[in-house]
Amino acid sequence: MTTAMLPKSESLVRLEGIGVRRDGRWLVRGVDLSVSRGEIVTIIGPNGSGKSTTTKVALGVIRPNEGRVTRAPGLKVAYVPQRLAIDWTLPLTVERLMTLSGPLAAGAAAEALTSTGIPHLAGAEVRTLSGGEFQRALLARAIARRPDLLVLDEPVQGVDFAGEIALYDLIAKIRAEHGCGILLVSHDLHVVMAATDTVICLNGHVCCSGTPEAVAGSEDYLRLFGPRGSEALALYRHHHDHVHLADGRVRHADGTVSDDHHAHGPHCDHSPVAGDGSARKAANAG
Amino acid sequence: MLDDFFVRALLAGIGVAVVAGPLGCFVVWRRMAYFGDTMAHSALLGVALALLVDIDMTAGVFAIAVAVSAALVLLQRRQALSTDALLGILSHSALALGLVIVAFMTWVRIDLIGYLFGDILAVSRADVAIVWAGAAAVLAILAFIWRPMLAGTVSAEVAEAEGLRPERARAAFMILMALVIALAMKVVGILLITSLLIIPAATARGFSATPERMAVLASALGIAAVTGGLYGSLAFDTPSGPSIVVAALVLFAASLPLGALKRRQPIETR
Repeated sequence: MTTAMLPKSESLVRLEGIGVRRDGRWLVRGVDLSVSRGEIVTIIGPNGSGKSTTTKVALGVIRPNEGRVTRAPGLKVAYVPQRLAIDWTLPLTVERLMTLSGPLAAGAAAEALTSTGIPHLAGAEVRTLSGGEFQRALLARAIARRPDLLVLDEPVQGVDFAGEIALYDLIAKIRAEHGCGILLVSHDLHVVMAATDTVICLNGHVCCSGTPEAVAGSEDYLRLFGPRGSEALALYRHHHDHVHLADGRVRHADGTVSDDHHAHGPHCDHSPVAGDGSARKAANAG
Repeated sequence: MLDDFFVRALLAGIGVAVVAGPLGCFVVWRRMAYFGDTMAHSALLGVALALLVDIDMTAGVFAIAVAVSAALVLLQRRQALSTDALLGILSHSALALGLVIVAFMTWVRIDLIGYLFGDILAVSRADVAIVWAGAAAVLAILAFIWRPMLAGTVSAEVAEAEGLRPERARAAFMILMALVIALAMKVVGILLITSLLIIPAATARGFSATPERMAVLASALGIAAVTGGLYGSLAFDTPSGPSIVVAALVLFAASLPLGALKRRQPIETR
């Protein structure tokens, strides 16, 4: 696998001073960004700040008008785009969707579908899925590729809040298990998953970057986001000791499955915890 | 066996239907029906130019179809007009140009109706050979570009980000379309080629769970339509192209109640 071939500390992809110009207007300019193996980088920023453009430059889909893009040789990428419209005339089951870009390792598809919580939908036609189910299917497809670099553009849109937390958990788990680099574009300016190593706040240029705590405390961040910005970045912080299975049963951390409804333990916090900006440590680093 | 004009027409028609199935699926999935029509209409210009400079007709049609799709790509880059409007301009201009050039060539007598609607009497032994050789080449190339083409249909950006070359596959696909139009012209005629691409694929949609199955089924339905249509053409002395399209339409109409029946069954997804 390509994973073993790449040196550990080197960045998987590095953007240096990139700028993208369309119709005489700079969409982004002077953006630096780097994702290393095992690192989670989250891009936040207001609408039209160039989040998706920057992501597409990193992916090699858009060629920048200035600056340099370096990708590790033989880099295996998986990409979950912000929007994906599949024409209803195209018959596509979730199972077939998984192998769209190339063949997978044996069992990888089933494993990925289980980890995103939709193993029961393997045979379903993609167009019958709800928004949240489709998002999970796309994420499963990306994970199943066992990429070196996983790029997620607003991966939790259309997913309900509990599902959102579960998906963030899953993303942290993927990083821990596979050691891939993850580039994440967040739809929410104020909430960044706790396992994030680096936050990059874009506004046509890099407004500020650093650890979530550093960005939340930065003056540029406060200036950009105004009064609500002073509430600072919230971090997802919670423990999960169980998983809700599709058939209504509950799987516990020790692997047992029970039928009855469960009581939430003291450490089971389903809500995000707002950081106060004073370097509050994230509890689940993955 | 090949001495019989009907057997020759049948063999050529089946060869065209086999490749029209999978190609037609992409035309349906990517909403390229109008594009296919434009390429087909340009075929008459190809016929006219082939007569004018005295080259093989299939080669002339192929060359013009490729030129028209290249012109479309170039005009699209300027982004002055929508693709829809550009296709409208190219489609009818090419057809009209072809008709005008043919009218000027008073020294040749051509069977215009035959080119527009197909003529089974016109299929020669050489045509049968060209159709089957062409069909084999189209299928081989299509198999080669299938993955990037399908992934690019779902999302060109994802396909490209994940190391496939969807743009190159699309360019190759345009050439395949031009080739199929050149091959299909004699059997179904210029004005009806697109229907042989679209109707079998649309009929196959209701009975297919995967893109691959839809492609194979579309080929099979196309073969059925060609066979039924040509027998009808022979029996009722009707032009071959329209007869084939009517046969395809009958299959499509028959599939509608079956598809509705299938949809009424509970979906076992959750």
